[in-house]
Amino acid sequence: MTEAVSKLPILQDPGDCHAEWRRPEAAAAPLELAAVRERLAAGRGPRYWRSLEEVAATPEFAQMLEREFPRFAAEWPSDVSRRNFLQLAAAGLGLAGLTACTRQPIEKIVPYVRQPEELVPGRPLLFATAMPLVGRAVPLLAESHEGRPTKVEGNPEHAASGGATSAIAQASVLGLYDPDRSQAPVYLGRAATWQEFDRQLGVVMGAQAGSGGAGLRLLTGPVTSPTEAAAIQGLLASYPQAKWHRWDPLHEDRALAGSLAAFGRALDVRYDLAKADVVLALDSDFLVGGAGAVRYARDFAARRKVTPEASGMNRLYVAEASPSATGTMADHRLALRPSQFPQLVLALAAALGVPGSSAPAGLDAATRRWSEAAARDLAAHRGRSLVIAGEALSAAAHAVVHAINAALGAAGETAIYSEAAEVDPVDAGASLAALTADLRAGQVDVLLVAGVNPVYDAPAGLDFASAINNGRTFTAHLGLHADETAELCRWHLPAAHYLESWGDARAFDGSVCLIQPLIEPLYGGRSLAEVVAAAGGRAGASGFDLLREQWQALSDDDFRRALHDGFVAGTEPPALAPEPGAGVAAALAELASAAPAEGFELALRPDPSVLDGRFANNGWLQECPKPITKLTWDNVLLLSPRSAQEIGASNEQVVDIEVAGRRLRAPAWILPGQPDGVATLHLGYGRARGGRVAEGCGVNAFALQGSTAEWNLQGASLAPADEKRPLACTQGHYAIEGWLEEESHEAERRHLVREASLEQYRADPAFVRAADEKHIDATTSFAPGFDYGQGYAWGMTIDLNACTGCNACVVACVAENNIPVVGRDQVRRGREMQWIRVDRYFRGGLDEPEAIVHQPVLCMQCEQAPCETVCPVAATTHSSEGLNDMVYNRCVGTRYCANNCPYKVRRFNFLLYQDWETPQLKLARNPDVTVRSRGVMEKCTYCVQRINHARIEAERERRTIRDGEARTACQQACPADAIVFGNLNDPEARVTKSKRDPRNYALLAELGTRPRTTYLAIVRNPNPELAG
Amino acid sequence: MSVADPPRHPVVPRDPPVLAPGHTAASVTDKISSVVFGKMPVWFYAGMAVAFGGVMMLLLSLTKLVFTGIGIWGNNQPVGWAFDIINFVWWIGIGHAGTLISAILLLLRQEWRTSINRFAEAMTLFAVACAVIYPLFHTGRPWLAVYWLLPYPNTMGMWPNFRSPLIWDVFAVSTYGSVSLLFWYIGLIPDLGTLRDKAKNLWQKRIYGTLSMGWRGSARHWHNYEQAYLLLAGLSTPLVLSVHSVVSFDFASGQIPGWHTTIFPPYFVAGAVFAGFAMVITLALPLRRLFGLQDFITDKHLDNMSKVMLVTGLIVAYGYLMEAFTSWYSGNIFETYVMKNRLEGPYRWLYYSLLVCNVLAVQPLWFRRVRYSPLAIWAISMFVNVGMWLERFVIIPMSLHRDFLPSSWDMYYPTAWDFSTFFGTIGLFLALMFLFIRVFPAIAIFEMRTLTPEAKVKEPAH
Amino acid sequence: MAQVFTKSANAFARSSLVAGLLLVAGAGAGLWVLARSGYVTRQGLVLEQPVPFSHDHHVGQIGIDCRYCHTAVETSATAGIPPTATCMNCHKQLWTNAALLEPVRASFRDNLPLAWSKVHDLPDFVYFDHSIHVAKGVACVTCHGQVDRMPLMYQFPSLQMEWCLACHRDPVKNLRPREEVTNVAWQPPVDLEKRQHEWAQLYAVKSKTSCSTCHR
Repeated sequence: MTEAVSKLPILQDPGDCHAEWRRPEAAAAPLELAAVRERLAAGRGPRYWRSLEEVAATPEFAQMLEREFPRFAAEWPSDVSRRNFLQLAAAGLGLAGLTACTRQPIEKIVPYVRQPEELVPGRPLLFATAMPLVGRAVPLLAESHEGRPTKVEGNPEHAASGGATSAIAQASVLGLYDPDRSQAPVYLGRAATWQEFDRQLGVVMGAQAGSGGAGLRLLTGPVTSPTEAAAIQGLLASYPQAKWHRWDPLHEDRALAGSLAAFGRALDVRYDLAKADVVLALDSDFLVGGAGAVRYARDFAARRKVTPEASGMNRLYVAEASPSATGTMADHRLALRPSQFPQLVLALAAALGVPGSSAPAGLDAATRRWSEAAARDLAAHRGRSLVIAGEALSAAAHAVVHAINAALGAAGETAIYSEAAEVDPVDAGASLAALTADLRAGQVDVLLVAGVNPVYDAPAGLDFASAINNGRTFTAHLGLHADETAELCRWHLPAAHYLESWGDARAFDGSVCLIQPLIEPLYGGRSLAEVVAAAGGRAGASGFDLLREQWQALSDDDFRRALHDGFVAGTEPPALAPEPGAGVAAALAELASAAPAEGFELALRPDPSVLDGRFANNGWLQECPKPITKLTWDNVLLLSPRSAQEIGASNEQVVDIEVAGRRLRAPAWILPGQPDGVATLHLGYGRARGGRVAEGCGVNAFALQGSTAEWNLQGASLAPADEKRPLACTQGHYAIEGWLEEESHEAERRHLVREASLEQYRADPAFVRAADEKHIDATTSFAPGFDYGQGYAWGMTIDLNACTGCNACVVACVAENNIPVVGRDQVRRGREMQWIRVDRYFRGGLDEPEAIVHQPVLCMQCEQAPCETVCPVAATTHSSEGLNDMVYNRCVGTRYCANNCPYKVRRFNFLLYQDWETPQLKLARNPDVTVRSRGVMEKCTYCVQRINHARIEAERERRTIRDGEARTACQQACPADAIVFGNLNDPEARVTKSKRDPRNYALLAELGTRPRTTYLAIVRNPNPELAG
Repeated sequence: MSVADPPRHPVVPRDPPVLAPGHTAASVTDKISSVVFGKMPVWFYAGMAVAFGGVMMLLLSLTKLVFTGIGIWGNNQPVGWAFDIINFVWWIGIGHAGTLISAILLLLRQEWRTSINRFAEAMTLFAVACAVIYPLFHTGRPWLAVYWLLPYPNTMGMWPNFRSPLIWDVFAVSTYGSVSLLFWYIGLIPDLGTLRDKAKNLWQKRIYGTLSMGWRGSARHWHNYEQAYLLLAGLSTPLVLSVHSVVSFDFASGQIPGWHTTIFPPYFVAGAVFAGFAMVITLALPLRRLFGLQDFITDKHLDNMSKVMLVTGLIVAYGYLMEAFTSWYSGNIFETYVMKNRLEGPYRWLYYSLLVCNVLAVQPLWFRRVRYSPLAIWAISMFVNVGMWLERFVIIPMSLHRDFLPSSWDMYYPTAWDFSTFFGTIGLFLALMFLFIRVFPAIAIFEMRTLTPEAKVKEPAH
Repeated sequence: MAQVFTKSANAFARSSLVAGLLLVAGAGAGLWVLARSGYVTRQGLVLEQPVPFSHDHHVGQIGIDCRYCHTAVETSATAGIPPTATCMNCHKQLWTNAALLEPVRASFRDNLPLAWSKVHDLPDFVYFDHSIHVAKGVACVTCHGQVDRMPLMYQFPSLQMEWCLACHRDPVKNLRPREEVTNVAWQPPVDLEKRQHEWAQLYAVKSKTSCSTCHR
């Protein structure tokens, strides 16, 4: 069985150690690998010149991009080129070709010459691997169709995943096939070869040998990978004077410093939310952001799925400087200016009896009341409560929070400490500053930059660009894209995507996950370990050699086992019980001395979609509506309604921001729940290089940072300019006065999202019914009914109490169902294509919203579907199992079904949104789902392809589909396990039980559509003390 | 032998005649056929040029549409239908006056219809021609829609979905179109015969001859003719009511608040007649002025047409009132919101202008003086044309843009292509009208003859 | 006044009415036939192949089982076209110099795949699964014809939707015992109809006409 993928024509690594994960479930049409490779090879030629001109950045090049790539970020009508016109004409004819009296072209079948034993044509294989993110491993299973990875799922065996994934992990597949990835080494803007680079590197390293590498610098992101570490140590061993610098804007410097202050050593802390009864999060989006988020979301949600009987619902307090997905889950949410967090932390410390702490003076009444109640609640649940500090907090605050958790007896219970998984952890900001100084001082002869992009994301105050662009240093940059840093380096080297390379990294719990490739590097990229090893004199050492070497302690069988599982068992570091030390006192003092802020405060935060910009060229993420704002394709200056009024800014209006002499212009966006006097701007936009999706989106917030990578800036001045910047928002049309009020008001009148407190729920478990109109009778209908008694009746419930609005389902659906990216302009026109729309409503006044709620809306698969009766060509009909089938090839596109759908879940291909040209994107597609063309309606099908595969498997084995055997993509991805799908005719099925939950209600039930998808109402668990 | 111009009437008579006194069969024939054989004035060619430009614009727009996609229009989610269906309904509505005048008024023995029925029917045909463009081209894949909507034995073993109102439309509109065509053509035959005889050169004779199908005006011909004409009149009478009722089902059977209402069929039919008569007036008055047909299209006609407009206008107004009332009386939150959105929503100004055009603007027709002032009623008819278009805007995009789930609310903004397509069909309509005036008698010659004194005096003799 | 028309005009006019009707009817009938003709469906069409492989020889005469080459037929959606290696299993020894087989040897030598023309080619929006049809007792020959008598492979059925539906509406007539599915020489029992209903029971064969059965 382990022969599996090694023999795939497209994978050349020593795969005798390749381990298939388990029996796959999907089948696929055979793929012409040879043809694809030809196209790819053909693609290389011209792209050499692309790279050349790209560095030259001529206007001709810009035009060429426009002409060559009209659609990926299509901006109609800018793309009415002749080429496009012909494409569309061809598309039209092609479609006409599908009709009864036209002939198909003759197609070819290309079988293997020597077929891999394990591979059955048309059946995908699953391999365990992991995605490195900020140095941490995200354990995954990757699905491979004849050697093409098309989809990733979480690794159910691993604690960090439990089978779920984040939106970013889901989108990483597109990253592999991103046509903008650099496809060959570039030397001074000209296409070059790896041989050339190896030769030149050999020379410069030779020159370093004498001085022991005094002029040699290596710049990487944080490293937890034993293999990479070994390669780096190897390099440093042979060049003792060389220095290894670290940089990553998402590296938790302040958390690290906090741990050093509190314990005198670098420790990782992770949380056990399954145990935590009361959680207080300080400006931390722990349910969505960070390495442990998927696991945290699952454990947290498990404690929110309440029944009237079972108690044990947890309580969440969130104080935050800008509304986050985590904040929307809070039972008590406090919008707080960043400058007030020191006092809040002090107040908590004092209330919870942290030695040497005293209550602060300058805390306003409301905040004090809030913090005291929270503190009492925390204390009351000693050992089962937890305080979580976000990266935005100061190092001192982190230190004090450690002390608070110690005081709460959380350490070892809800907060688990262990040795830092990161190798030689350092303050990345300081490390980069040191490197910059060395560069300026001319002490750097050779600089290898691997996997980071400091020219873009270093604090503007450092002016790293001018430092690296000093004309004397031999600079080489290894990265997926020819980004801003690549542009200023002599060498740019294409890196291998994680799905192309061997490696390892530690997950959030410190366990080592192995990374195995599913495909030969498309463009001959190399991994960090390979490049560093080569620099260290081990040229030609393959990633696999290095990995196997690192794990030589493991026998072949054990190693194979580890590859199969995706992680090396027993590598989690032991839990520690550290005692907060003297540092805490100093931290307390520092907090006490924190000065109140003047003027506007500016909060810089990682973007929910593209983080710090490393995923800026990923169309799936760019078009994914951000959890709270529902904006796509841009970052904006978030202001509270009052603040916006104060400075006189309206939505989309450009605002001049000035902080400490640094200026930036960003469009304003009014966001209820934002604290007054705080403007939030997300990082990761305003990319100058790095692909045609990334470029020209938003503004670069790093430009406002001083010499340190601060996330909170004070004394900002905001001046609205007389200019509007059109933004693409998927919900509402907020440029229109009063729209948002109207929307939230109507949403409440219509009882779309139903909510109660735990007390109300206990008192009246059927509270959701109250909102239903009395006269609803779901049984009678004029339309002839169907008999669902036999076989399967598919249904779904979505637990709104668990949904964090993290978008994992949205991107998973995009990946599974070949959903196209339409671009900013089309989104602005209200034509986004995602099949899942996560609705967001504000409850209560917009100045201080009582709550922000999420409601994922996908096709409800109505039993009495309004769309079915009106389709003139019967393109959407009812299946015997109650699915609302959508037949793309029959659809003529009258859009009547979409008009008549009360839930507005149908999506229409107004233009040819699918990219029919780019070969890489063809590789990324799921062969089990039709690629829809222009003029066709599409929608959620409950992943009918997965249902069909499960049914076929089952019937071949003469049995029925087991519960949980057919899972929808959204269900599988959901970190909170909020989505339950299954057969309603099976009384034991999870979904059937879930439908019996008293919180279960149907959206717009009064219409008599009898939706198969229903919702479980929200139950909050407010602290009685804070009631009213 | 031409006739001296009949004396003008200084004051408006109590009951003006439908044909100015002093006309004989011959004078009528000469006067009307002169439009066909006479030399055309400059304005005709100018107008024709403009209209033809419109046709070209339509062709361009449709080509662009087929090759690029519906995306060139402003339609989006949730507003799946906008200009496309608005214009469809608007044109179909305009068609109605023709059938009503020719069929129903014929059966009601309304003499005054004779001078206007011919081009009213032509108008119907051309309006339907413009209308059918939309349902076909508004689909995402017209090259399939053009035959997948028809029931025929195909290799897929598939039939259309007969539950869908769009399929009902296919049948309703195609029946309407074909019956109107027949009706119009049969009516033309005797006049074509006349033209054949009056034509000077041989080719004209040949062409009119062929078209007149060997009409000789024998007693037998006349007998068959009367039979056929009456039969078709009977056939098309129900169509006047059925077609727009069926069209209204597109919305009434839908479930969107603002669509889902039982008053639509009568309300649509009334609106259609309303719009139709407005269009007849819009066309008839310039025609009569430019060709000096005051003798045939007399103040009597203006008076009657105005009255019809007033009545149907009041029915429509009642419809608006009822919509408002039921939305309040139902107490249904979605229905009430539809009204709220019309009165306060972002498109409210359109709703208000609709009320102005369709309700306020027609009230002056209560006054006789207004009904006898060509300029006034022409202006009013223009208001109505616009108003009826706005009504469809209010019904279609305004109901769609804010329906059940506030999260999916959005705005609809038409694009340049929306307008070019719309004006294109207007161009097509006018171009066809001009051609018609040029080659066929715009007023039924033989029917006018029956109104002449000589046609009348004979009666008591027998 | 001169005659506009000759006498023949009347006859001509009348006959043109008839002619018009015939024309319309004829066009309709013509399209009906064309849409079902082999020209459109490629039914019975033999395609150019890199090697003139004969099922007649390999199946009919030698009696190789279908699954020897089409290995995936019982487990996967696609039956699977044999890799060159499968051909070489025998042709290492047999006909090692036959010019006819040079493309096969070349493929094996240069590790370049053979590109066969797809004979039974469904549109890409149809998701057919071999394994389940085989599992339900639908024989290879039911859809592919008596391949053992095909020197060169050709498309046996029309592969049009109405053809698929005919069986999906009433599958029972096309059933046979599972173990006989690949048997090209199977002799149906005398009480075929009765047995077929038994098999339908045994294999839980149901009429499947939901759109999503084949289209997604």
